[in-house]
Amino acid sequence: MSRQSLSKAHKKITELSWEPTFATPANRFATDYRFDRAPKKDPLKQVLRSYFPMEEEKDNRVYGAMDGAIRGNMFRQVQQRWMEWQKLFLSIIPFPEISAARAMPMAIGAVPNPQLHNGLAVQMIDEVRHSTIQMNLKRLYMNHYIDPAGFDISEKAFANCYAGTIGRQFGEGFITGDAITAANVYLTLVAETAFTNTLFVAMPAEAAANGDYLLPTVFHSVQSDESRHISNGYSILLMALADEENRQLLERDLRYAWWNNHCVVDAAIGTFIEYGSKDRRKDRDSYAEMWRRWIYDDYYRSYLMPLEKYGLKIPHDLVEQAWHRIWDQGYVHKVAQFFATGWPVNFWRIDGMTDEDFEWFESKYPGWYAEYGAWWEAYNRLRHPGANKPIAFEDVGYQYPHRCWTCMVPCLIRQDMVVDKVDGQWRTYCSETCAWTDTTAFRPEYEGRPTPSMGRLTGKREWETVYHGQDLADIVTDLGYVRDDGKTLVPQPHLDLDDPKKLWTLDDVRGNTFVSPNVSLNEMSDEEREAHIADYRGRSNITPSTV
Amino acid sequence: MTTQADKPVKEQRSFPKPQFTDAEAGALVFPSSGSRAFNYYKPQKMRATMYEDVTFDVQPDPERHLLQGWIYGFADGDGGYPHDWTELRSGDWHRFRDPNEEWEQTIYRNNANVVRQIQQNLSNARKAEAYQQWTPTWTRFVERNVGAWMHAEQGLGMHVFVTIQRSAPTNMINNALAVNGTHKLRFAQDLALYNLDIEEQLPSFDGSAHIAAWQSDPVWQGVRETVERLTAIQDWAEATFAANLVFEPLVGELFRSHLVMQIAARNGDFTTPAVIGAGDGDYDRDLRWTRALFDLVFKDEEHGGANRAIAACWLDQWVPLSLDAARRLQPLWSQADEKVLRFEDGLDRAKDRFVRLMDGLGLGSSAEGMNQ
Repeated sequence: MSRQSLSKAHKKITELSWEPTFATPANRFATDYRFDRAPKKDPLKQVLRSYFPMEEEKDNRVYGAMDGAIRGNMFRQVQQRWMEWQKLFLSIIPFPEISAARAMPMAIGAVPNPQLHNGLAVQMIDEVRHSTIQMNLKRLYMNHYIDPAGFDISEKAFANCYAGTIGRQFGEGFITGDAITAANVYLTLVAETAFTNTLFVAMPAEAAANGDYLLPTVFHSVQSDESRHISNGYSILLMALADEENRQLLERDLRYAWWNNHCVVDAAIGTFIEYGSKDRRKDRDSYAEMWRRWIYDDYYRSYLMPLEKYGLKIPHDLVEQAWHRIWDQGYVHKVAQFFATGWPVNFWRIDGMTDEDFEWFESKYPGWYAEYGAWWEAYNRLRHPGANKPIAFEDVGYQYPHRCWTCMVPCLIRQDMVVDKVDGQWRTYCSETCAWTDTTAFRPEYEGRPTPSMGRLTGKREWETVYHGQDLADIVTDLGYVRDDGKTLVPQPHLDLDDPKKLWTLDDVRGNTFVSPNVSLNEMSDEEREAHIADYRGRSNITPSTV
Repeated sequence: MTTQADKPVKEQRSFPKPQFTDAEAGALVFPSSGSRAFNYYKPQKMRATMYEDVTFDVQPDPERHLLQGWIYGFADGDGGYPHDWTELRSGDWHRFRDPNEEWEQTIYRNNANVVRQIQQNLSNARKAEAYQQWTPTWTRFVERNVGAWMHAEQGLGMHVFVTIQRSAPTNMINNALAVNGTHKLRFAQDLALYNLDIEEQLPSFDGSAHIAAWQSDPVWQGVRETVERLTAIQDWAEATFAANLVFEPLVGELFRSHLVMQIAARNGDFTTPAVIGAGDGDYDRDLRWTRALFDLVFKDEEHGGANRAIAACWLDQWVPLSLDAARRLQPLWSQADEKVLRFEDGLDRAKDRFVRLMDGLGLGSSAEGMNQ
């Protein structure tokens, strides 16, 4: 379809909507934003007549590549270290995708703009595409990769593992609470516009470097739909800015959405890219370098900052703070260390770091070895069963961390941990902003203004609480992370599949009692708690080289 | 002048080195090395379908594997997909499977085929100058009435199906609703762009007449009212039931199948049936999944009786409204020059179909007497 005919066609389909007079559409999802003064902004023009054949062609290319990968024995070249992390990533990502589809009616109901409704409806079906194409990729991995365990329990494991809730925010955050906070600010303005760059562009590049060219094939195809979604979000933002009363809410939501996306996505994708790769060329970009390019320059400086001229208050301080956490405070390294510490309750295998990795990390993040080197050496030393417990139960100078009540990533930058009694419970937060999110933003009143539509943080927010006081073997059994011989664990702290004696079984982890840091915190007296918090914040948590 | 010595030394390109890892299936035998099926759900048949594999459990459920429950809630504390967003109850909503097995590939293949087929027909019509052969009466019929129908499809697509695909308790149901909504929106656009195509070819064709017909022609106000009332339903299952099992057979098929498809050819029009027929094809698919869903809830061991009683109340509300809309369309049957069918015959066929549909779902007694 030519550009001229596309314009005509798009103009024609604007005739489809009308102002109802007998009844108005049901109002299912509330928002505190107002759009009654908003000028209508058009998103990118999209007509279904051209959309379906275009997407079908994109699909054909994806499925052609899949056939090619199988015929070309791609799995003889993929790095197991990389593929194992895909068990976590591909368990998470189809849910945010389908949640984005489900979020579209929330935006449609909130924003009175039929042209935009059309764009949002097309986005809905895009997201169904993304979710199912990603599930299919995972299915292919399960069928052709050497170790299918973990892929085979994927959606169950996502729903019960100790990393699942971290990822699930990047999905549940799209579909609940204030319709605009969820479906526009969190989903489109921040998650899609900023963080799909690292998810769908930076990470696939790393996959290719690890012998996997199917992830780039699928995710670049997905990413090519995102520009339309970004345009939808931008149109809603401009409409929201037309009303002064929305600015306070926009400022609140941008702070929440930016910070939560940083906490969650940088934790996960940073770990996959830095600790899932075997490509240790010194001139390949680190995650921090990718972040600087894709998030700081492309999103923050090129997209977000220009919006200041429309009166949008940009969270400059939080952007700088996120960078500070990634570059100066080792956020990604500490998250990777946490995931590896908890390997028995994961559903993938985590390869230890080698001398070549150490060199690469040291060159990219000077000082890395002094802080993390000895711990990874201990991890390698303790990787096989028989003479030792899992590393989390051995004394290697590493204290299992408190979870952040809000973002559910642990409070790994220990000096920044905030502790507060909220709703009758002692809670820990990784940062001031996460504390603010729970105590101030997700409340029915904000800065003296009623916000009756704002969502709530719900659920059993600390995973460890669920299994407090239980034996590790019973926990792994309950989670279902046991292989088909009924005793060997799905997770392993190494990649050695060649010798059964190197594989941990339920018997090897039995006798270790799991403790919830939050339950313990709430059981302490005031004095004990104060001392504990001071110790937590002051402890370096660095494994001594003598261990 | 550039000399050999001036040429810059070519930098060594940096690229990842391929490594043979032998990480393909079957390279080693160890526990679970042959576990190559998603084992967290029970397929409907012995072997899981592609559709089930890529759809099932992607939307988690605290009643299945969701250990920590929903971690975000609405202001009232509800999170995720509350079961009380419909009055119906099910022993297990997850038993529903879409008989169309819709997932990414089927959605795009099916809809791309439909738009290609329509465009090919319209291209042939342009070459044959087919619209120029239409009588003025038929031209008015198409510009006003075939045109008016686009709004019904758009309203149902955007404000019923796209909207409620946020609301059902399982991914299988919500995806079916999303695909249903997509059909409606595509068909609405098919009709709008068909209207544009004729407008560009036939100077006497008024491309905006459909707007006035939909907004104010008394013939269309019953349909518009019913569509608007359907968009106002809060309960996702009621909206699906009323739209796909009441409005569609009594009004949608009456207009599309029992009027336009029957009289267009007699009036020298071979393109309109091709376009309208695509909508009927969509409805065949949409009806298939809708019947499967309601068959499940009406036969539910524990809740089936209560669900049928609720549906009977829905019939009380939606059948009279839809029949009224259908009857107000009656003047259309005498507008064309060539009339091959009486309105009452068409309505009888639509009602017969509706009663058979309700019989099949165990609601025959509730439907009887309503369609008078």
